[in-house]
Amino acid sequence: MCLSIPSKVVKIDKERNVAVVDTMGITREAGLELMEEDDVQIGDYVLLHIGFIMNKIDEEDALESLRVYNEILEKLDEEERRSLVEEDDNCPNRGA
Amino acid sequence: MSQLQLKDLYDGFRNPEVIEGFAKLINEEAKKLPKPVNIMEVCGGHTHSIMKFGLPQLLPKNINFIHGPGCPVCIMPKERIDHAYILAELDDTILVTLGDMIKVPGSHGSLQDARAKGADVRFVYSPLDTLKIAQENPDKKIIFFAIGFETTTPMTTSLIDIVIKKEIKNIFFHINHVTVPEVMVELIDSRDEHVDSYNNRIDAFLGPSHVSVITGSKIYEKFPKKYNRPVVVAGFEPVDVMEAILMIVRQFNEGRCELEVEYKRLVSYDGNKKAQALIEKYFEKASLFKWRGLGNIPDSGYRLKDEYAYLDAEHIYADILPKEEIEDHKLCICGDILRGMAKPNECTIFGTACKPQTPLGSCMVSSEGACAAYYKYGNLL
Amino acid sequence: MNKQITLAMGNGGEENNELISKIFYKAFKNEILQKSEDAAVIHGGELAFSTDSFTVSPLFFPGADIGKLAVCGTCNDLAMMGAKPKYLTCSVIIEEGFSTRELEKIVRSMKKELEVNGAVVVSGDTKVVPRGSVDKIFINTTGIGEIQKKGISSNNITTDDVILLSRDIGCHGATIFCAREGIELSTTLESDCASLTHQVQALLDAGVKVTAMRDATRGGVSAVLNEWAKQSNICIEVQEDAVPVSQEVNGVCEMLGFEALNLANEGTFVLAVKKEDAQKALDILHGFENSKNAVTIASVTKQYSQKVILLSPYGTKRFLDTPTGELLPRIC
Repeated sequence: MCLSIPSKVVKIDKERNVAVVDTMGITREAGLELMEEDDVQIGDYVLLHIGFIMNKIDEEDALESLRVYNEILEKLDEEERRSLVEEDDNCPNRGA
Repeated sequence: MSQLQLKDLYDGFRNPEVIEGFAKLINEEAKKLPKPVNIMEVCGGHTHSIMKFGLPQLLPKNINFIHGPGCPVCIMPKERIDHAYILAELDDTILVTLGDMIKVPGSHGSLQDARAKGADVRFVYSPLDTLKIAQENPDKKIIFFAIGFETTTPMTTSLIDIVIKKEIKNIFFHINHVTVPEVMVELIDSRDEHVDSYNNRIDAFLGPSHVSVITGSKIYEKFPKKYNRPVVVAGFEPVDVMEAILMIVRQFNEGRCELEVEYKRLVSYDGNKKAQALIEKYFEKASLFKWRGLGNIPDSGYRLKDEYAYLDAEHIYADILPKEEIEDHKLCICGDILRGMAKPNECTIFGTACKPQTPLGSCMVSSEGACAAYYKYGNLL
Repeated sequence: MNKQITLAMGNGGEENNELISKIFYKAFKNEILQKSEDAAVIHGGELAFSTDSFTVSPLFFPGADIGKLAVCGTCNDLAMMGAKPKYLTCSVIIEEGFSTRELEKIVRSMKKELEVNGAVVVSGDTKVVPRGSVDKIFINTTGIGEIQKKGISSNNITTDDVILLSRDIGCHGATIFCAREGIELSTTLESDCASLTHQVQALLDAGVKVTAMRDATRGGVSAVLNEWAKQSNICIEVQEDAVPVSQEVNGVCEMLGFEALNLANEGTFVLAVKKEDAQKALDILHGFENSKNAVTIASVTKQYSQKVILLSPYGTKRFLDTPTGELLPRIC
């Protein structure tokens, strides 16, 4: 597996071409050698791999995925409620 | 103010409710499948997630995983580990590599055995740590034993770049980087004298996550087009894997055969061009790279370009590094397992001569290998 | 077994167990040793007896130092057998050139922790060895404690017990990793290093039916649960999301490829108590700062004998194994 961790950029040192990234309360320096100049900004979410930032995380796409997951959950919930209601409607003992 | 929190990037993609939700959708969708689907997860990272989160337990019987060759330490042949061992034993060298390499046995033993015998082997977190070791040991030759797929290759080339620019004289490289598309082709398209690989049972691929971050999804285009195998590039989180499986099942039900990307938050079509440029600057494809369990695969590995031969430990130490091929264990059926033609427990040495503590074949070497996973989780699978 | 001793053989996990059983248990074999408890129970069940050596690097780290560790380690092993630590020995092996001031600092911190435990050092030994023979300083402590409640043993756990955990896990292991040279991680994490004597005393005073206790040091909670499953011939089913892990420890695990359950702790213990007393035990533990988040994490069953199972929050399960190999950052 290529262990790579979503992290947040908290500091940039242009001189040494490194960023400081935060991974759930742990901070570490990460090399910017694989990123275009000025591409990475403080506050960006990035992927860290063996001491290097290997790419930025696209926030819009991440949010879109999370939105889709929510919709799926809501839809499933609704279906479940409906099927429960149906079951209830079909229950022979209903009103007994 | 951003809406997204770092926490969401972890929790959001491990949310138990969402995993259950996808499990329901997949089970519904899979009822319509005309025949069972065998999905190969190429990358060891996916194997790890699938096993760690127990995902097969959530899936219907007609969806199977074939665990692929995508673990860079598992596929390292004995010949190359022997190189590392021999280099580490030299009096004036320090062999530096990543922690994963520690246990993998060559014909003399593993690198942890070499260290126990007095060889100077250092396991680092980042290739950049090599710089410090070189600085602190000016009278030693530091050899970086570079391993990994496309994900890790650019980090090695970054180190090479720094070594050249800063004119550091005591860092050298032994390159063992390998590439994914070539082994995928090998698994579905090759014929060797032992196995009729056209009989492989791979119906679709789960595309690697972080390899694709570097290469872009473009490297998989030929698989749906030329080889008629759908590819869905997926993240490593359990929600990512479940979503990708649903996407694959839907392709079959809708009669599509396409390249799709589930892991859009990190994978683009073109990938990280700067990283690719660094690789191109220093490396070229080695004509053959031998994979443990699969044998020689054309164009599947990298080597340093000739103009950087002065950094290449394989070139510098050519007279002491053996070139003879070492056969894989005769009874080992890792090749068949990787092609999806056999299950680990069908191997005669599985769990007897070949165990995680004393692995003989590539699939038993790391916890991400198919055999190691079967050994560990066997009665829960 | 390997022809050479490797670092993995000191990991508190699989290789370590193999080394102990194939070399030491084989030679020293006797009934007391074979019980394989945190401390040996001797003298007609009245005394607990234990020894431990400390080789941590760096010597000083957030939350503690090697001195505090050396006292906590042995006192906790005694406490885990329901004993009150009384007498300790202290042996040090010091590398030539080591700073006297640092040695004083270490000894002061030992003194402080001895007071916490109400124990005294009654015998000791000092050796100085040439540079390079040891890494700065190694400390051994051996201790004797008076057993307050007889019969506590990791060989007696049954399906009438539930498994509790005193606090969030992995802080010591994660802290040491961050403090090590070469990893270069910074964090506010501190080692959980602490004496457990008072918590144990409170549990015993209240008459809680404790079957077994063990501090989850090297090899972490995984090692403890696997040892228990084997020793008591039971299956332990752990509710994965019930195990508390701090965000920082999770961060270290994500970054270096570790499992929190395998990380070392130095003031965290696992308890097997009778079901009916679980709430009482938790109430008592919650009264201490160091165990204010104590929780129930597992049940004891017969499903897969001698195995530990992790139950995920979405209904899948997997085996939790004894850790193997040397703990190293990995990319895979």
